[in-house]
Amino acid sequence: MNRHVLSVLVENQSGVLSRVSGLFSRRGYNIDSLSVGETEDPKVSRMTIVVSGDDYILEQIKKQLNKLIDVIKIVELDAEKSVFRELAMIKVNTTMETRASIIEIVSIFRANIVDVSNETLTVEMTGDESKIEAFINLMNNYGIAEVVRTGLTAIERGNKHIKNQIKGEEE
Amino acid sequence: MKAAEAIIKSLINENVDTVFGYPGGHILEVYEALRKSNIRHVLVRQEQAAAHSASGYARVSGKVGVCIATSGPGATNLITGIATAYMDSIPLVVITGQVNSSKIGRDMFQEADITGAAESFTKHSYLVKNENDLPRIIKEAFYIASTGRPGPVLIDIPSDIQAAKIEKTDIPETVDIRGYKPTTKGHVGQVKRAVKAISESKRPLIIAGGGVLLSHAEGELLTFVEKTGIPLVHTLMGKGSLPSLNRHYIGMIGNHGFSEANRAVAKADLLIIIGTRVADRAWGGIPEKTTEDVRIIHIDVDPAEIGKNVGTQIPMVGDAKTILTQMIDRIDTTDRTDTDEWLTQLKSFEGTVKCRKTGFVNPRYAMETLSKKLNDEAIIVADVGQNQIWAARYFEDRIGRSFLTSGGLGTMGYSLPAAAGAKIAAPERQVIAVVGDGGFQMSLHELGTISYYNLEIIILLFNNSRLGMVRELQDRFYGKANAVELDKNPDFIKLCNAFRIEGVRITTDSQLEDAFEKAIKHKGPFLLECVVDPDESTLI
Ligand SMILES: Cc1ncc(C[n+]2csc(CCOP(=O)(O)OP(=O)(O)O)c2C)c(N)n1
Repeated sequence: MNRHVLSVLVENQSGVLSRVSGLFSRRGYNIDSLSVGETEDPKVSRMTIVVSGDDYILEQIKKQLNKLIDVIKIVELDAEKSVFRELAMIKVNTTMETRASIIEIVSIFRANIVDVSNETLTVEMTGDESKIEAFINLMNNYGIAEVVRTGLTAIERGNKHIKNQIKGEEE
Repeated sequence: MKAAEAIIKSLINENVDTVFGYPGGHILEVYEALRKSNIRHVLVRQEQAAAHSASGYARVSGKVGVCIATSGPGATNLITGIATAYMDSIPLVVITGQVNSSKIGRDMFQEADITGAAESFTKHSYLVKNENDLPRIIKEAFYIASTGRPGPVLIDIPSDIQAAKIEKTDIPETVDIRGYKPTTKGHVGQVKRAVKAISESKRPLIIAGGGVLLSHAEGELLTFVEKTGIPLVHTLMGKGSLPSLNRHYIGMIGNHGFSEANRAVAKADLLIIIGTRVADRAWGGIPEKTTEDVRIIHIDVDPAEIGKNVGTQIPMVGDAKTILTQMIDRIDTTDRTDTDEWLTQLKSFEGTVKCRKTGFVNPRYAMETLSKKLNDEAIIVADVGQNQIWAARYFEDRIGRSFLTSGGLGTMGYSLPAAAGAKIAAPERQVIAVVGDGGFQMSLHELGTISYYNLEIIILLFNNSRLGMVRELQDRFYGKANAVELDKNPDFIKLCNAFRIEGVRITTDSQLEDAFEKAIKHKGPFLLECVVDPDESTLI
């Protein structure tokens, strides 16, 4: 089961998200994460969908997504030629004794502390998944109260532009 | 202008002259505008029938079928009809009323999230939030429903939006949806490859599906077959794509198809699949391949169907009619494969129809007899079950004849309302609904519609006092049947009489000829009830 990152331009309309997510559930495709937001054109949203599956499944996913009228364009992003990022916020349990060492790890990871209380410390970090996983693993030693993650978002490097690629080109 | 009037204006702009529907509280504005218009409204007796009738109408007229229902239960009753149309790629525009837009989500009286509920079996749907969008939405809906791979499009319209005054009533001339640009023309390189593959093959075979009929490519297919000499099999939905008397015609494939047709698929070295996803039931009866690898050319307007169920070496996305024309133009006589030997090989498999027990009507013989009695333009609408299989196997296709059935969803109760829609679309053509005693009772209410509009339909009822197809399956797999007896059936003749529909009941094959003649001559709807052996099976 390979992991694939799809960048999908959709009409920025109500109902689109449920159409896309409904498609995945009813056709039995695995979806690892989905993030969505407006683009430079307010009428268009861009979804980053991480899916796992073999070549057959991937092709089916792309073709079925393409059939949705609200889907404008689908591009599969190549890890080598793209920047993948995720935002996570991690609330870690702290004591007087552990606080300093946690702060040290936070700075090694170039993460930010966004909130502090007597018993907790909340860290915000962006990075690719492995960086976030690594940080979470370390924090497990101190005890994690909660984690929230946005799911992957991604963009191609260089002057490649998703809009210049026609719909269905990736088939 | 009121939005409801703008809706009707848009329908007229789409050449709609007939709609099938059932009114209710949240669609009253549309009904009022409808009343003032020249559009014919056909009042069905249950909303599911509105969708099936619109579907039968669409298939026969070649236009988009339109049905209308109220919110909540009206809309949910439509669901089976919408799903049936979706599975068979039938172009429909479905209009439903919805509760007041400011109240949506509060579980109002007769509120149902119909766009959500029908999501997975509509090609697209709209929940209208602004009355000024209506002219554009309706234009788009008809375009989406009828182009590419056709299918049902749902427009859910809140009651306050129907009543609102609309400022701009201009209907856009064209449609431009950036996410929807269906391909119609075949890729030139692929056409070349396909033609080359044909010239290289020794045992080529065409598998024709419903897409041939949907794109009205029967004429092109005939030319293609005659020019190349390639034999043809078809799926259930592809029945009627080539006249069964054509010498290249082999038969129907699938679980319920003919074994010679299924064997032909297994033996071929090149399959030209046209307008079919080759669903599980179509591929079902095909024996394992014993010979070398087969090459596959797959032509379909829906790219997602190519490679979904069967692999392919030469995918061709586009409209069947256009691609066949492109291929015909490219093929010259030197490309012609000598298929005569291959054809004789296939033809020699042909089986014959034998009569069985006495005291009953043999449904196979009935279908054969009917084939001979009817005009060349007759329309057969088969329900689901054994009756469907008998009709599909033994009704002879001719040029101009149509065979309608619910192939994808297999919806019992389809035939009566679909036949009504077909008859309304083509009053001059003979229309026969073939149905079992189970499916008949699932759609009895439509006798009301048929009687009220005096639709001259022959209802050919195969009464075997069983849910025959299930009985057959249970017998075969479990050795015993359960929950399939319909022994205390009503007197169907009397029942029809109550609806002012006449009928006769026959119990032997020898009565068939006279009975058909009587039915055909009869003015108005007619029931021909054939008593069929409860043990009759679809297998020979
Ligand atoms: C709406 C619906 N419910 C259930 C079924 C399952 N089913 C398939 S065939 C069949 C029996 C049909 O019996 P009848 O209408 O008498 O036709 P016959 O098979 O006897 O010709 C049933 C119940 C179905 N296809 N559709």
